[in-house]
Amino acid sequence: MAEMTVLEAVRTTLAEAMERDDRVLILGEDVEAGGVFRATDGLAGRFPGRVIDTPLAESSIIGVSIGLAHYGMRPVAEIQFADFIHAGFDQLCSEASRWCYRTCGDAWLPMVVRAPWGGGVHGGQHHSQSIEAFYGHIPGIKVVVPSFPADYRSLLRAAIEDPNPVLFLEHKRTYRLIRQEVDGAPAETRIGRSRIARRGEDVTIIAWGLMLHEALAAAEQLAAEGVECTVVDLLSVQPLDRETICEAAKATGKVLIVHEDTLTGGFGAEIAATIAEEAFEYLDAPIRRLCGPDIPSMPYHPAMEHFFMPDRERIAAAARELAAY
Amino acid sequence: MANPETGGGTHPGYPLTREQLLEMYRFMVLARRLDERMMTLQRQGLAAFVIAGAGQEAAQVGAAMALRPGIDHVAPYYRDLAVNLVFGMTAREAMLNALGKRDDPNSHGRQMPAHWGNRSRRIVTQSSVVATQLLHAAGIALGARLRGEELVVFASCGEGSTSRGDFHEALNFASIHRLPVIFFVENNGYAISERTEKEMAVEHVADRARGYGMHGAVVDGMDAVAVYQTVKAAADQTRRGGGPHLIEAKCYRLWPHSSDDDDTRYRPRAELEEWSKKDPILVMRGRLLEDGAATEAQLAELETSVQEEVREAAQWALQQPDPAPEDALGFVFKEAD
Repeated sequence: MAEMTVLEAVRTTLAEAMERDDRVLILGEDVEAGGVFRATDGLAGRFPGRVIDTPLAESSIIGVSIGLAHYGMRPVAEIQFADFIHAGFDQLCSEASRWCYRTCGDAWLPMVVRAPWGGGVHGGQHHSQSIEAFYGHIPGIKVVVPSFPADYRSLLRAAIEDPNPVLFLEHKRTYRLIRQEVDGAPAETRIGRSRIARRGEDVTIIAWGLMLHEALAAAEQLAAEGVECTVVDLLSVQPLDRETICEAAKATGKVLIVHEDTLTGGFGAEIAATIAEEAFEYLDAPIRRLCGPDIPSMPYHPAMEHFFMPDRERIAAAARELAAY
Repeated sequence: MANPETGGGTHPGYPLTREQLLEMYRFMVLARRLDERMMTLQRQGLAAFVIAGAGQEAAQVGAAMALRPGIDHVAPYYRDLAVNLVFGMTAREAMLNALGKRDDPNSHGRQMPAHWGNRSRRIVTQSSVVATQLLHAAGIALGARLRGEELVVFASCGEGSTSRGDFHEALNFASIHRLPVIFFVENNGYAISERTEKEMAVEHVADRARGYGMHGAVVDGMDAVAVYQTVKAAADQTRRGGGPHLIEAKCYRLWPHSSDDDDTRYRPRAELEEWSKKDPILVMRGRLLEDGAATEAQLAELETSVQEEVREAAQWALQQPDPAPEDALGFVFKEAD
């Protein structure tokens, strides 16, 4: 068993996919040189002609990927930071998401768009954003948000093999921070399942990305105080695993949703509404959301960045309050 | 005059046989009659919306006949009914599309009419958002290059689309990789009500080709043969690795933008009358007669047969099933094989 970082999991999975299927290719800014995070390091040399540097133009990265996928290739596009994907919003939302729908399945797009997202790296307003709510709102695109290296492996493989557009979000703070021992082959999995990462009887915490790790740390801290938490690793925003979410909510009757994105209209609102609709009678407390404040962007200065992002202490405090409710 | 492409039987003066010229004319007349019948259906309250290509038939048919259906891909725009006809769409299918019927092969009633798409015919599905298809064309061409398939991708748009970022990004990308794409701009002079002077500060869209490092050409879009010759030469060149081409066909939209548009608000009648004299169908008809490719009687027979085909297609399509309401739910995602 070898230990692997999130970044190594991404790189390994890309290499395996390209090895296995010669229709898989990578395109994006700086990908030939390995990318700013080194996610595609070494791949251009190993797979000549299949790692393609693009102009700095997100609409073209996604639009060209649509053409490639329509033709029968398996493009994996990289958007250098999720914050810049909005220049390709139209191609993703007006085109890619509807390709299968508007042709009644006559045409479809097996394509992946990878994007590093999230804060905690002093990236300021345009290198820290959470984008899952924008794209999770669009039927026709799958949005995946893994937290652990093993899930990165299995879900990135599933995303590349999926016949639909998949937005694969990689939390950039976790790239080198999170390590895990992983077996040789990635687990067979399908997109759209969440997982109970920890079981406890008092409070259910639902989180994804970096916040999942903070939630697990908070749960550890609370366990020492006698408060036992269930922690749901969301893994997938679209499709949303309503069943796992609601079962976890019913089991504790108290729910805390944690995300980095700003509060209003964040994806936590959808999860809260789902629980309210399907598990209301099991609830023992109002559903609580712990999120970024409603300000336009994450500030640059570390003190303000820290203020913006929920962390294990704040998660523990919120869960403690819920447990005592 | 012998034609190296067709191996003889060529009509004098043209790189086309007499049969091809008549076929060209037939597609043009078919497109016009379909447009007219669709507009009638709209006025009768049987069709909700029509967006026609009247005036642009020469550009569309001339270009599409220079391509190879079944091999080349087309990423058309909404006015390109005639391109679709050349690539195999039948009059009946066009009518199913106009009426949003269940069996419309383009979108089965999910899109507004004139949003074409048929994978087996290599016609790329498109949305109402303009210029997006130019990037899809570049992607298809890149895919074909990687798979070693020799083909041309024909991507068309109106001149209004050339203001969008996707137009720039597509030309830039295709040119960097010298992809086999023909960007074909049907410049009809108007983006709904806005004249070209409000759209661009250069006289010709094709002037921009040089800025992207690609071939550019302006062609008389009211002359199907001229368009054919220009696109054929470009297709041959780009197929052999000569890089993308930007071709601007100067044409004119003889009708309003759509069935919902009142063009009397913005378009001088005198201008319309002047252009109507250059109606591409009249131009083509005159050429066929002048050059002796057909007699009045032969053309009249062809026109009557097209008229009958369109009438029958509309009658048939009206009887075809509508989608069921719950058909709206399917195909959000493609199921894995």
